[in-house]
Amino acid sequence: MFGQANVLAAGQAAFPPSVEDFYLPSILPWGAHDSYWFTKITAMVWIAVGVLIIFFLATYRKPQLVPTKKQWLAESIYGFVRNNIAVEMIGHAGVRFAPYFTTLFCFILLTNFFAIVPLFQISPNSHIAFPAFLAVISYVMFIWVGIRHHGFGKFVKNSLIPPAPWYILPLLIPIEFFSTFLVRPFSLAVRLFANMFAGHMLLLVFTLGGFAMLSANAWLAPVSVLSWVMTIALTFLEFLVICLQAYVFTVLTASYVQGALADEH
Amino acid sequence: MYLLAAEGGESTHNPIIPIWQEIVVGGIAFVLLCIVLMKFVFPRMEQTFQARVDAIEGGIKRAEAAQAEANQLLEQYRAQLAEARTDAAKIRDDARADAEGIRQDILAKAREESDRIIAAGKEQLAAERATIVRELRTEVGTIAVDLASKIVGESLADEARRKGTVDRFLSDLESTGAR
Repeated sequence: MFGQANVLAAGQAAFPPSVEDFYLPSILPWGAHDSYWFTKITAMVWIAVGVLIIFFLATYRKPQLVPTKKQWLAESIYGFVRNNIAVEMIGHAGVRFAPYFTTLFCFILLTNFFAIVPLFQISPNSHIAFPAFLAVISYVMFIWVGIRHHGFGKFVKNSLIPPAPWYILPLLIPIEFFSTFLVRPFSLAVRLFANMFAGHMLLLVFTLGGFAMLSANAWLAPVSVLSWVMTIALTFLEFLVICLQAYVFTVLTASYVQGALADEH
Repeated sequence: MYLLAAEGGESTHNPIIPIWQEIVVGGIAFVLLCIVLMKFVFPRMEQTFQARVDAIEGGIKRAEAAQAEANQLLEQYRAQLAEARTDAAKIRDDARADAEGIRQDILAKAREESDRIIAAGKEQLAAERATIVRELRTEVGTIAVDLASKIVGESLADEARRKGTVDRFLSDLESTGAR
């Protein structure tokens, strides 16, 4: 868990950072490289889940008509996703999806946010396993919802056959199939994963780069400082990306569900 | 150990290939989160929202009902007030009419009384006058007879004659007085 801190303290930063920097040694068993059951990454996932459960259960243990401050905060998060994503995208029928969308949004937001929290400083979502799992849920969900709503035949017809002249359909149907049923889960998962991966990589490059220049030549110290200032600036950028990606993932899921529910293409 | 592996350039990890253990762990964790939040938290939030909407709408409804009732009461009071005013006016008119009637009665009675008193006075006067006249007549007769007897120096013996003389004299007096 403190591998990176040790590296920094020892002044022997490996530069440039590599993909291996994303795969920290296991916590239990300590230091193992091929054990993934209990690593910093999975620990953070559990922490995120625990924090969210405790927060929501604690704030909503005794809901009141006139909300307390904490209750108001929890309601604002739910209200934001419910009104600004679910109802906005899907319409009134979207209310029944709001609980899942809110859970999804909170989970992604918090796990993303670990990327810039001191001592955590890496997001579980920079491992594609987690975005992929969430994307698969979204994928299964919109197909399931579509089939439930329209029946299998009509859903497939709605999804694959756009309102276009018949002679262009042979071209459009494969494209629709490709974009709707093949690309969607990958684009969802990869978008989130790549953003978090790149964000972490950027912060690593500028942080480790500062140390690398400092150890290479003492005269490069000002540049090192500049590099660390850039790290701070990029941390703010990363915060923007964190919020944006959580929002985008939820909105796209809502949009897929809306497409599956829509009567016409 | 970790550093050695990294520096050795031994790229054992492909970032685009998910680690199945992480999928399992993440899946369990996320499903747990979903179950707890979607079962115990967000439905209650919806309930609270609904309760809040009900409270607000119920309040509006109650206020509307109260307003309607107040309006109805106001109308009722206005009607009653108008009725009371009409009644009061009627009572006043009646009272005025009664007062007028009583005044007229009293006036009539007073007039009648005064007439009666005047009539009684007149009657009494007439009676007194008649008495006086009668007494005077007797007295004048006596005086005249006395005077005449003194003048003549003799008493008239014959009562009937004397009475006839006096009556004749008096009739003459009256006839001259009437003329």
